[in-house]
Amino acid sequence: MSLPASTVARKLLMAATGQLMIIFIILHVLGNSTIFYRTLNAYAAGLHALPLLLWIFRSVMLAAIMLHVFYGIQVTIENREAKPRTYAVQEYAASTFSSRNMIWTGTAIGSFLIYHLLHFTFQTIDPSTAAVTHPDAAGRPDVFAMVFAAFRRIGILLVYAAGLLAVWLHLSHGIQSSFQTWGLNGEKSFPYIKKGSRLAALILLLAYAAIPAAIVMGLLK
Amino acid sequence: MNLTLYVWRQAGPKEKGRLVQYEARDISPDMSFLEMLDVVNEDLIRRGEEPIAFDSDCREGICGACGQAVNGTPHGPRKLTTTCQLHMRNYQDGDTIYIEPFRALAFPVVKDLVIDRGSLDRIIQSGGYISVHTGGVADGNAILIPKSDADTAMDAAECIGCGACVAACPNGSAMLFTAAKVTHLASLPQGKIEAGRRVCMMTEEMLRQGFGNCGNHYECESACPKGIRVRFIAKLNREFLKTRST
Repeated sequence: MSLPASTVARKLLMAATGQLMIIFIILHVLGNSTIFYRTLNAYAAGLHALPLLLWIFRSVMLAAIMLHVFYGIQVTIENREAKPRTYAVQEYAASTFSSRNMIWTGTAIGSFLIYHLLHFTFQTIDPSTAAVTHPDAAGRPDVFAMVFAAFRRIGILLVYAAGLLAVWLHLSHGIQSSFQTWGLNGEKSFPYIKKGSRLAALILLLAYAAIPAAIVMGLLK
Repeated sequence: MNLTLYVWRQAGPKEKGRLVQYEARDISPDMSFLEMLDVVNEDLIRRGEEPIAFDSDCREGICGACGQAVNGTPHGPRKLTTTCQLHMRNYQDGDTIYIEPFRALAFPVVKDLVIDRGSLDRIIQSGGYISVHTGGVADGNAILIPKSDADTAMDAAECIGCGACVAACPNGSAMLFTAAKVTHLASLPQGKIEAGRRVCMMTEEMLRQGFGNCGNHYECESACPKGIRVRFIAKLNREFLKTRST
């Protein structure tokens, strides 16, 4: 199988894989919200009770990430070459900080993702609180205690804050951009799609930030 | 009014260019931007210096020949206005203005502010035409076209090929230019037949000519003196999908 080289096909693939990851981000925060109902351990155990589904899901996500990263780097290199020189006085009228820095927020998200997987999935960042080796009273991996312990450490909090900011910036441009790429917009709907996607990115940021915030503020014990 | 200009001077395509400071004296607010450059050039000629080379033709905003980035914005600060229609009343006495050629790999500098926009012509040559028999005028008039489709085609056909979209794009992409031609032709019955093929040919040629990929920054729409909309790029993407799904 050869990967498409057409600029439109690559753009559509970037948008499709991005949208897949957006769906994951929404599902992930919904799953994480079980922490507020004290059912995080049951949710985690439930996921791991379906290993086939879990691994199919993980494989699809991994493929999407690899395509997104590959094309992201490829088009950025091409685009830099196409614009070797900028203006002495550079003024931007429509693009945003987030649209012009997708490669950097993307790099930050990629780095954060590796940390996040080592932290909560492979649990090698802080083995003393690893859920797999510390079961709760019901004998399930104590994910709640692991998350709780992690967000009481300032260093880890800062890493997650940086990761969330990068996701927020990336999605502020990415969501509406994917609508434009798939042509799912019209002249009238486009301004609303742009505002709506920025709002959606902000809501996701706040939803994710709610968990460490609740732990730090002592609302979750 | 008196102005301080920083103008890009470059003796030839292979020469190294640089910004040179000039004083523009006694400029009338009624002059166009290009007339202001004419005044500066007359002064340079009087002093025995090489005048500033810049493109211009109709000077009424319809030909797309003028192409200067004024303070980093193609065609200057006024919306829906080409440089030739930009008047000096938009500036104040004592202002400093940076004048540079449109910047993109696909637009090599010929001299000073003059660039070679032949790459846009080559995109058109690759697919911006209709190869079916369209008959005579009477045959054209016999085909009924919904008003909204005719309007869309006319809106897209407004593109004058000046290259401001490329000059404004952080990626140096010619997607708005290409999408305008694709939409213009794909909105009409005679052009629909080759719509998908046209998208593939033109976008592939765009990359071959050294333009970048569209990143949905929308700077192009903002800089376009003719109000070409980025929804035409969405239309181009839809035409591409239609080809691939059939």
